[in-house]
Amino acid sequence: MSLFLQNLVNALQWGSFYALIALGYSMVYSILMLFNFAHGDIFMVGAYIGVGVAAVLLAASAEGALALPPWAILVLTILLAMVLTSFVGMLVERIGYRPLRGAPRASAAITGLMIGIILETGNLALLGAQRIRFPSLIDTTVYEVAGVFITNTKIIIVVVALLLAAGMHFFVHKTKWGLAMRAMAFDYVAVPLMGVSVNGIAALTFALGSALAAAAGILYALAYPVLDPYMGIVFGWKAFVAAILGGRVSVMGATLAGFLLGFIEIFVAMIFPSTLRDLIAYSIVLLILIVRPHGFFGEPYSARLRL
Amino acid sequence: MPFLEVEHVTHQFGGLRAVHDYNLAIEPGHIRGLIGPNGAGKTTIFNLITGIYNPTEGNVRLDGTRINGLAPHRIASMGIGRTFQNLLLWRHMNVLDHVKMAHFSRIRYGLLGAVLGTPRRHREEREIEDKARTLLEMLDIGHLAGQAVTNLPYGAQRRVEMARALATEPKLLLLDEPTAGMNPDELVQIMEIIRRVHRELNLAIFLIEHRMRFVMELCERIQTLVFGEVIAEGTPEEIQNDPKVIEAYLGSGNE
Repeated sequence: MSLFLQNLVNALQWGSFYALIALGYSMVYSILMLFNFAHGDIFMVGAYIGVGVAAVLLAASAEGALALPPWAILVLTILLAMVLTSFVGMLVERIGYRPLRGAPRASAAITGLMIGIILETGNLALLGAQRIRFPSLIDTTVYEVAGVFITNTKIIIVVVALLLAAGMHFFVHKTKWGLAMRAMAFDYVAVPLMGVSVNGIAALTFALGSALAAAAGILYALAYPVLDPYMGIVFGWKAFVAAILGGRVSVMGATLAGFLLGFIEIFVAMIFPSTLRDLIAYSIVLLILIVRPHGFFGEPYSARLRL
Repeated sequence: MPFLEVEHVTHQFGGLRAVHDYNLAIEPGHIRGLIGPNGAGKTTIFNLITGIYNPTEGNVRLDGTRINGLAPHRIASMGIGRTFQNLLLWRHMNVLDHVKMAHFSRIRYGLLGAVLGTPRRHREEREIEDKARTLLEMLDIGHLAGQAVTNLPYGAQRRVEMARALATEPKLLLLDEPTAGMNPDELVQIMEIIRRVHRELNLAIFLIEHRMRFVMELCERIQTLVFGEVIAEGTPEEIQNDPKVIEAYLGSGNE
């Protein structure tokens, strides 16, 4: 029983990363019909920007220029990295996708792949091949509850992920920009007639998705502090699976599917040798998709009108 | 002075000339019609006016200001509303959301206001909702406000689209085949609604139609477009009796 609960806690943490990355994937895909395959690399960029921001804050703190407690440095690191990474996301949209808006879907899809490679190798060129350590911002405390070990890091990760997902849900369903995003998920032609700039909403979508990926990157680095330029690739693929599984224009769907993926992976690893984890886990996901090709929530992907 | 002026507009897709030397002037408050066989370029003209296409030659002026080359959202906020031949609604969004969306550029509260629920936000939301409901009542669809548009009958969907266009508070409304797919009952209703909207909101209307009786009854002046060129322009009587129109259009088995 305590083994089960321990794995449940681990799955919640693991699913948090998938959920946050899946949200960005899902929004860009639902609203702009783009496979932004660079999104996993935005996660990586976010983690690296987080390293930079944290280093600056820590240095300022050590010099006495900023008297900040550790938790404040962590919060500031997350927020600043989200803002900075959102600019990277907008840049990707502006350079890589906007010029190709009328182009065939396949062209836009390979754009994502190319931007991904550019971000990975750009990082390599800039910082070299050695791995980088994320500074430890807070001391790890371990709590034991009924035989289950829970670290403060795990709690932070899950709580921050849930708060951000809830914030995104609020944004998409309760603000005028969210309304415009949901409308753009159906067409680009009637939306501008409401006085809404399609380019503006596209940039906003990329900015939000990238900010969430950055948050995921830093949370991931809190748990696994060694970063390398290719850390986003497999994460990106899996989060994309979660995004599609969640269903179209559904913040809740993408979040739940992210957590579901985390659960499946962790529990498969609990039962089977960990080398078989992804083989079995993704066979299960494939079966789910065959039964529910439109995902769990939201509008079916087919039968859309695009002019 | 005309509210909308289209001067010598020509538009080509690749080598194909879709519209040739097209001219139009609409005075404030007038209803004008555009008829012509399928593929004549009628919808292309709407797309040229609303900025979806940029004319190869010629100019489009709104209130004296040149608007060709501007982005569609800019042109829309300058006072042109539009509906589409094949309904461009946001399926699964409800009727009220459609009309609210039209107020996008007029909603002033920021993200902070949205999160905190400031008094300003509540006031703006209430005003927008009131306006939206008034408009829905005018189109006899007030009772459908909370419904998802996918669940509505075709005639009601057309009215939602018209309500959405009107909510942007246009001075000129472009209607692309407002009666397409409607049964005779719905047809009578939509004609009554267009008259009501025209009277109460005092706007200019430019409409594309296939049903001759409908155009003849509503429009003060009508243009006939064939292969991208206007072959006749005049009052409904003049158009009805023009031999070129009869040959190109009326004689081809339409009503």
